Amino acid sequence: MSHPVQTTDLCRSFGARVALDHVSFGVREGEIFGLLGPNGGGKTTLFRILGTLLSPSGGSARICGHDVVADPAGVRSSIGVVFQSPSLDPQLTVAENLRYGGNLYGLRGPDLENRWREMASALRVEDRAGDLVKNLSGGLQRRVEIAKSLLPRPRVLLLDEPSTGLDPVARVDLWAILEQLRGKFGITTVITTHLMDEAERCGRVAILHRGKMLACETPDALRATIGADVLTLVCKRPDAVAEQLQAKFGWTAVVRDDAVRLEIPKAHAEVARIVEAFPGEILSVTAGRPTLEDVFVRMTGERLGDPFFEETGKKKKK
Amino acid sequence: MSAARTHLWLPALALWRREIVRFLRQKNRVIGALATPLVFWLLIGSGVGPGFRLPGMPLDMTYLAYFFPGTVVLILLFTAIFSTISIIEDRREGFLQGVLVAPVAPEAIVLGKFLGGMTLAAGQALLVCLAAPLAGVPLDLAVLARLIPALMVVGFGLVGLGFLIAWPLDSTQGFHAIMNVFLMPLWMLSGALFPAGADSWARYAVALNPVAYGTAAVRRAFYGDAVPLASVPTYAFAMIVSVLFAAVMFLLAVWMVRRKRSIA
Repeated sequence: MSHPVQTTDLCRSFGARVALDHVSFGVREGEIFGLLGPNGGGKTTLFRILGTLLSPSGGSARICGHDVVADPAGVRSSIGVVFQSPSLDPQLTVAENLRYGGNLYGLRGPDLENRWREMASALRVEDRAGDLVKNLSGGLQRRVEIAKSLLPRPRVLLLDEPSTGLDPVARVDLWAILEQLRGKFGITTVITTHLMDEAERCGRVAILHRGKMLACETPDALRATIGADVLTLVCKRPDAVAEQLQAKFGWTAVVRDDAVRLEIPKAHAEVARIVEAFPGEILSVTAGRPTLEDVFVRMTGERLGDPFFEETGKKKKK
Repeated sequence: MSAARTHLWLPALALWRREIVRFLRQKNRVIGALATPLVFWLLIGSGVGPGFRLPGMPLDMTYLAYFFPGTVVLILLFTAIFSTISIIEDRREGFLQGVLVAPVAPEAIVLGKFLGGMTLAAGQALLVCLAAPLAGVPLDLAVLARLIPALMVVGFGLVGLGFLIAWPLDSTQGFHAIMNVFLMPLWMLSGALFPAGADSWARYAVALNPVAYGTAAVRRAFYGDAVPLASVPTYAFAMIVSVLFAAVMFLLAVWMVRRKRSIA
């Protein structure tokens, strides 16, 4: 069976800068598929190509069998899109936004009335239908946006960093809703994110870095590539400890955020040995399974949440 | 999946209604589009005094009366500009991207915007025209029958001009600059402020200026073709040129949307 979303050797350059470099993946029916990477890694370029707002320089992308270049109208009638900056009109009420949004997809009359009320209720915004969008919180606006994108009952839902600007409660809420929608409507969801905890919730995750796709796996399979546990030591002199771990035990340790991190098999068994080797030096020890962050660091040598990427990402949008 | 892959009239109607609803919720836009031209008219028109005459003006016409049709065109121009400036805001705030990813024909996007802007422009201009008798400008049913189509056609064309400027821009500052160095001179050289002298260079500028035919259409709508107005074309000719101009603006706008359907 063909994939609802399929890219083959997708490339895109802006002048000399290569934003996407031969990216190929297929998203399965009903799956929540994550595109994980730092801002500037190529996620948004990929998102805009899938949303028919940008044409690829090479390769192809198909959604529900429609090619984004040859048949953009077919793609547009198969997708719902939730943008990072909301596409709602703040001067209009929730109901007006949903009605006009439905009109754009050819929906009208009683069918449209039923659909927008159904979606407003599924996203729990029906009691705000008469409010101007500008008076809603960021979390509520995002829910209205999702309701709008679902009006035409798309087979594929594309979301670009949907938790941007949401507080932690609203983020948890958003994911509960995404899971619900998947269960209720069987929607295939592609979501871009630079947040680890969001990527962990996806069925499969593609890691994008500098335009290249480094991996495309389930979060568990990605973690398994590390093949060890991760030990984090908070200590007084992290650099000295890291050096001595190498000298005494032969382990490669790195210092990050003033903590020493090392990847070793059966880390819990080694904890006592390590603490005893550095009397009075180690303040706390955490042993755990590797996170997607660890996987990302291993693959790229860089961190996802590096402030550098955050800053440039925000500046670009202004 | 529906048989019709892209939609035309329903989205155009939705975008048109959105323009109207938004406008009615932003009271300051009414003031900006109406008050500025009226203040111009009062200050310039009455400032030159009742005895002020320009060559080419009929003897029994005051300057306030002469300037009145030009003021109406300025209202059309200002309203058209304000309604097309919102394209830049829509692009920046995100509303436009939601329209661009929908299965909507480019013609629908353009039509919705043009019709919305035209309705606002012609509606406000008509409101001011109802006060024409106060300025000594004739107004009866025959005038209205010529005036309303003229306001619609000229408004449509001016919205089109604003659209072509606004679509590729991503800052409203850029629009204001173009408005000052391009759109205002177009209006000033349209015969709105003064009749083009028979032997001045302005004569050629007026003859080539599409806005001049808009001003002529509005002026002839008030006075008919009988009143001698030097160098002002007839109502029919001015309307034909204005319709052609509006059609060209529309086609260019569709071409532009088709060509650059991206958000940045």
